[in-house]
Amino acid sequence: MNQEQSAVTESIIGNSDGTSQYLTFMLNDEEYGFDILRVQEIKGWDSATPIPNTPEYIKGVINLRGTIVPIIDLRKRFVLEEIPYGTTTVVIVVRVEAEDRERIMGVVVDAVSDVYNIADAEQKPPPDFGGGVSVEFVKGLSTVDEKLVILLDIDRLLNAEELKAVDAATN
Amino acid sequence: MALDLDQFKQTFFEESAEGLDIMEDGLLNLQPGSPDIDLVNDIFRAAHSMKGAAGNFGFNHVVDFTHALETLLDEMRAGSRNVTEDTVSLLLQSVDCLREMLSVLQEGTDPDESRSVELLQQIHALLENSGDTPATEAVAAEVPAAEVTGWKILFVPNPDLLRTGNDPARLFRVLKDLGTLTVQVSTEQLPSLDQLVPEDCYLSWSLTLLGNVAEEQIREVFEWVEDDCEIEISPLESAAPVQSEVSEQPQRSGTDRRTGGDRRESGGSKEATSIRVGTDKIDSLVNMVGELVITQSMLSQVGRGFDMDRLDALQNGLVQLERNSRELQDAVMRIRMLPINMVFSRFPRLVRDMSQTLGKDIELVVSGEQTELDKTVLEKIGDPLVHLVRNSLDHGIEAPDDRIESGKPPRGTIRLQAAHEGGKIVIQISDDGAGLPVNKILAKARERGLVEPDQTLSKEEVLDLIFQPGFSTADVVTDVSGRGVGMDVVRRNIKALSGMIDVESEEGVGTTFTIRLPLTVAIMDGQLVRVGTETYVLPLVSIVESIQIENQRLNVIASSQQVYTLRNEYIPIVRLHDLFGQKPDSNDLDKQLLVVVEGEGKKAGLVVDELLAQQQVVIKSLETNYMAIEGLSGATILGDGTVAVILDVTGIVHLSSSDLGAPTDLQPTDPQPTDLDHAA
Repeated sequence: MNQEQSAVTESIIGNSDGTSQYLTFMLNDEEYGFDILRVQEIKGWDSATPIPNTPEYIKGVINLRGTIVPIIDLRKRFVLEEIPYGTTTVVIVVRVEAEDRERIMGVVVDAVSDVYNIADAEQKPPPDFGGGVSVEFVKGLSTVDEKLVILLDIDRLLNAEELKAVDAATN
Repeated sequence: MALDLDQFKQTFFEESAEGLDIMEDGLLNLQPGSPDIDLVNDIFRAAHSMKGAAGNFGFNHVVDFTHALETLLDEMRAGSRNVTEDTVSLLLQSVDCLREMLSVLQEGTDPDESRSVELLQQIHALLENSGDTPATEAVAAEVPAAEVTGWKILFVPNPDLLRTGNDPARLFRVLKDLGTLTVQVSTEQLPSLDQLVPEDCYLSWSLTLLGNVAEEQIREVFEWVEDDCEIEISPLESAAPVQSEVSEQPQRSGTDRRTGGDRRESGGSKEATSIRVGTDKIDSLVNMVGELVITQSMLSQVGRGFDMDRLDALQNGLVQLERNSRELQDAVMRIRMLPINMVFSRFPRLVRDMSQTLGKDIELVVSGEQTELDKTVLEKIGDPLVHLVRNSLDHGIEAPDDRIESGKPPRGTIRLQAAHEGGKIVIQISDDGAGLPVNKILAKARERGLVEPDQTLSKEEVLDLIFQPGFSTADVVTDVSGRGVGMDVVRRNIKALSGMIDVESEEGVGTTFTIRLPLTVAIMDGQLVRVGTETYVLPLVSIVESIQIENQRLNVIASSQQVYTLRNEYIPIVRLHDLFGQKPDSNDLDKQLLVVVEGEGKKAGLVVDELLAQQQVVIKSLETNYMAIEGLSGATILGDGTVAVILDVTGIVHLSSSDLGAPTDLQPTDPQPTDLDHAA
């Protein structure tokens, strides 16, 4: 508890000297991270209203206190094997900034994991993965407690242009 | 104090904008040669109040400018100056210039004063040279005591003068405009510093005004403060004693405060918009809220110690609550409704200016300008309308000579009409000009590859081509305009408001554009339908009827497209299940329902499993957090908190016809690729 608190304080101070906090989550036994300042809330999975004629990874839209928020299934987005949603399945609601506007979107992941302080200097540029995870979504890689954490660039991942491009391709 | 000033400034800008509209309107209606004196008075009054208000905020160049205008108008009012076309044009330009000045002030950007200076010079030149009577003489003629050469004014304000928003320095400046002014300040009443209340005025002044000025003119200057001060005005007996210069101290502090105000203005209220609402609307709102409160107290009474015997009372109460909230909603929506005149009012000017530039004689006839529509719609419809009117002016109406040649009156007419029709507002722009050249358009379209060489099109289809992207009307008719948006953008803008636009044209007779718009974009009547497991909302206005499908009325055209025969009409069937990847309750069409909808004049039958409730839905944009999706006009939140998407009928029809040609993985169950052709 104490340690955690000091970690938070550290990071608040630390932000100015090049460390950022990341919320990490599990996806197919890999650990991924979002910049925590972009995370608005985490909520349990509930059904979404499907939207016709959208890419398959768009689960649909939900009512988030009166706002219509689209939900993206990250497993499907990364073309991973589908698993049934379970008790740990959560929606991470994030703020996406693109084209001078802000969008609120939800991302379905297997489970939330932890919050880490990661120094910007410790981030390594992503290697070429080949297929699967598109490198352009990856902001960097980092090692925490000898585990690899893949830090994602939310704005690129959930860019409307990107969604549209895929949309056009499927049509 | 600072906040208050900003608030007043906002009001000032709004009122000035109204004043400018009045001036512009009046000027446009002014007949050169024989001006209507009431109109001139209206224009004068508008300019005068603007000058006064601008002075209060220290917008000095606005004051100077309006002052010049006022002098000119005053001469017109007094009949000492003829109203000529040139004068009216100059005044109209000045109105534009003032509008610019005000918007600059409102935004707090750096003003470009070259135009105002130039106009001011023109006005002054007009005042000095070509006027039948110079301004000063005109004033002098009204002044009975013209021989008085000066006045002595004793001005002793009450201590709270400054708190009423008046500023002696401003009064002095106005006086200075009347003649040579010398001011002497008396500091006798000034208390010692520890007793000084900074907001009180302790000073008094004695002023000497030299010049040919009437006592009324001086009284007029002090009109607003006469209750807050003692004024003595006496004629000057001898030559004025030379006294100290205009008291610098209060004047400077006054100016400082103002510039401070200006800066705050630039930071604060840029985006503030407001609506003026009639008191009758507010009153009805207050009444309804009153009723709502009564219903609420009645319900809470029923709820206290509720038993089944009082179920009736509860139900009655709920019915009343529903009625109250619906009425309240209507009333609130009505606040957003503004007369379309706010858009139409800019057209007389546009037509006047452009017909002069183009050397055409054009009359604008406006009707239905009191038709009300939603503020959002109103704001967005302006540009498309301007484009259409400009097109009519430029390409539609012919030059007078050509018109006489083709047996028409030399003066062309553009009609602008607005009316309510069903749940929509219909705006028509029609001209009696040359009409659209169908053959030329077709040739152009063939040239551009928009139409296949062997394809035959009906006249309507050809005319519809002008809305195609990259198909500028300028290319077809002339290349005069070439500015602004094309017709495709006009249609896109109108579609964005869930409206539609049609064109009718007869060569040599004229062209009519018809725009249909929803009254409001925020709330609509919806029909909830169930398709598979999902609930969708159809706009009630687009539903023609709903019927049970009878198998014997089903036909297949070209072995692919299913159509339904309904009273001698063949209606193409759209299977929503296939479109949305849902499983129907039954594979037999006759166990399902057909909702006949109409969009953009085309009918289609949507197959659904069940009709659910009809209810008003609040439209939420999908674009806010996602993006626009064809076939959907938005989403709404149902009573149980779930989201239902709202179908856009036109988009659905389009989607089904385009997708059926090339089935995608989105519709894996689509059994028969079909081609919808609504040649009907």
